[in-house]
Amino acid sequence: MLGRSPVGPLEYTRRLWLRLWLLAVFVFLYAPIVILVVFSFNDSRRNIVWQGFTTDYYVRAAENASLIEAFGNSLIIAFVSTILSTIIGALLALGLWRFRFPGRAALDGAAALPIVIPEICMGVALLVFFNRVGFPTGMPWPLNLAPIVIGHVAFSFPFVAVVVRARMIGFDRSLEEASKDLGASEWQTFWNVTVPYMKPGLIAGGLLAMTLSLDDFVITFFTSGPGTLTFPVQVYSMVRFGATPEVNAASTVLIVVTVLLTVIAVRWQRPDKEVAKLG
Amino acid sequence: MRDVAAPIVEIQNVTKAYGKLKAVDDVSLAIPRNAFFALLGPSGCGKTTLLRMLGGFEHTSTGRILIDGEDMAGIQPNRRPVNMVFQSYAVFPHMTVADNIAYGLKVTGVKRAAIASRVEEAIAMVRLDGMAARKPDQLSGGQRQRVALARALVKRPKLLLLDEPLSALDKKLREEMQLELVRLQTEVGITFIIVTHDQEEALGMASEIAVMKEGRILQIAPPRELYEHPTRRFVAEFIGASNSFPCEVLAIDGQNARVRSPLLGELTVERSAPDVTSGTLIIRPEKVRMDFSTPEPTPGEALIRGTIDQIAYFGDLSIVYLTAEDGSRLQCSRYNVSRIAAPDPRPGTACTLGIHPEDLLLVGD
Repeated sequence: MLGRSPVGPLEYTRRLWLRLWLLAVFVFLYAPIVILVVFSFNDSRRNIVWQGFTTDYYVRAAENASLIEAFGNSLIIAFVSTILSTIIGALLALGLWRFRFPGRAALDGAAALPIVIPEICMGVALLVFFNRVGFPTGMPWPLNLAPIVIGHVAFSFPFVAVVVRARMIGFDRSLEEASKDLGASEWQTFWNVTVPYMKPGLIAGGLLAMTLSLDDFVITFFTSGPGTLTFPVQVYSMVRFGATPEVNAASTVLIVVTVLLTVIAVRWQRPDKEVAKLG
Repeated sequence: MRDVAAPIVEIQNVTKAYGKLKAVDDVSLAIPRNAFFALLGPSGCGKTTLLRMLGGFEHTSTGRILIDGEDMAGIQPNRRPVNMVFQSYAVFPHMTVADNIAYGLKVTGVKRAAIASRVEEAIAMVRLDGMAARKPDQLSGGQRQRVALARALVKRPKLLLLDEPLSALDKKLREEMQLELVRLQTEVGITFIIVTHDQEEALGMASEIAVMKEGRILQIAPPRELYEHPTRRFVAEFIGASNSFPCEVLAIDGQNARVRSPLLGELTVERSAPDVTSGTLIIRPEKVRMDFSTPEPTPGEALIRGTIDQIAYFGDLSIVYLTAEDGSRLQCSRYNVSRIAAPDPRPGTACTLGIHPEDLLLVGD
């Protein structure tokens, strides 16, 4: 199989030892996920030994009212925090890209802080913050999700800003000048020229924010009030009562959703390529 | 009613300073209606800054700019009767050719029906028929430039500004677009102002050229006058090639001057401008006669003996680089007018150069 032509000096991927190494890496990375997905179809309550194939646990997960409620909460939180962090992140990116002002470097650094701060610290900080300002608790649904949304926006808008800014680096400023030259106002120029160029960055950044929000556990755990559960938090509490295939099934659904969103985000981010319309 | 003879653009004592640096330094200029006007100069001479001030993208530090008699101070680019073709073309990448051209009409509220016919007309004018539905990334550089031109011209501006429009094109396409721009200018009857650092481009297209250096205008003249009557040494050396000889002015007599040059002896030559009372003698390389036989000076001709250093063969012409007997470097161009003419002489060959005083010009330093 390898004998068609001699292995070239840079063709490392055709060398046996490297192929074995690659295999080991992939097994290490993906075996746990594969096992999780496989065992979501396991016909066994204890879920330790393979007993046979079933999709029962997907049905059971779908019938689990608190799991569905948590999933709904997660979707609402993700939706609202994605829109907010996309707007805030895009404005931040535009401001940093376009203007020079005193404190620009400081703002640039400070804005990236939520990316590097350990999530647990963010979580504790938000918890303390909400207590300190006396943020109302025990509000009716869906207002009780507000602290979680605020927490999610706080840590995901810098990601949007980073993506949008990377997109704007390739922007030819004379496009804006040309628009004004042709008679457009600042506002028309922004909507007709700047925003269409930003669009792939906005979509990629938005999807990134959505993924981050959907599967966030730590910050949500600290900011959610009593009785407000999100999907990851609910899965966590189910695991505490034993890892049934139902948990596997719920996790598999989340994995699929997250992977899909990430794939789309990466595709939209690809620079200088007209992205195919999403069907 | 505006006076048809009045200039379309008047630039009055305009200065643009960035801190201490003056990008444009006290420039005054009047551009006649229907001109194809070129701002020519090396990079950093302020020509683009001047153009951007006309477009409204830069403020003037001092001075006034009038377009068709109206003061442009404080008027935003989108309110000026001026359109620009950018160096990068700045064609909107997410719009089709037709949408690009229609853009300037749409944002200013032109009626939909009128837009369609004007866009169609503009597409035909720049010869992009059949390309209306294409996106810019499906077009070549030359086609993209035509889109940028159509997009600006469809607005029927009083003035079209072109910032180094040909610099991104290869040589063949550049020559084609030069002819195209001149054709368009005559067709639409709009004043074109072009910025370029390429002297051939300026000579080949413009009806009038302003040569700039370090923020100032050195000379404004039609191409032929600029080439044959440069007033300053910088202009002579920037436009085409020239040989220069240091000289001493002995006497001034109206248009002429009696000068003495170490290499050429005593001569009477024309002065390039009334204020030129000292300076350098220049002569264009093609006006130098080269001779390999025993030289016989034609009446009034000055002779220089030299040795050939190097020959550059370009096909249509050859440029011969020589060292004169006093060590100064000269050049002389020879058209290869016949296929069967003798080949160029070899480096090291001795030769004689004949210079007619009427081809010499005294220019200011």
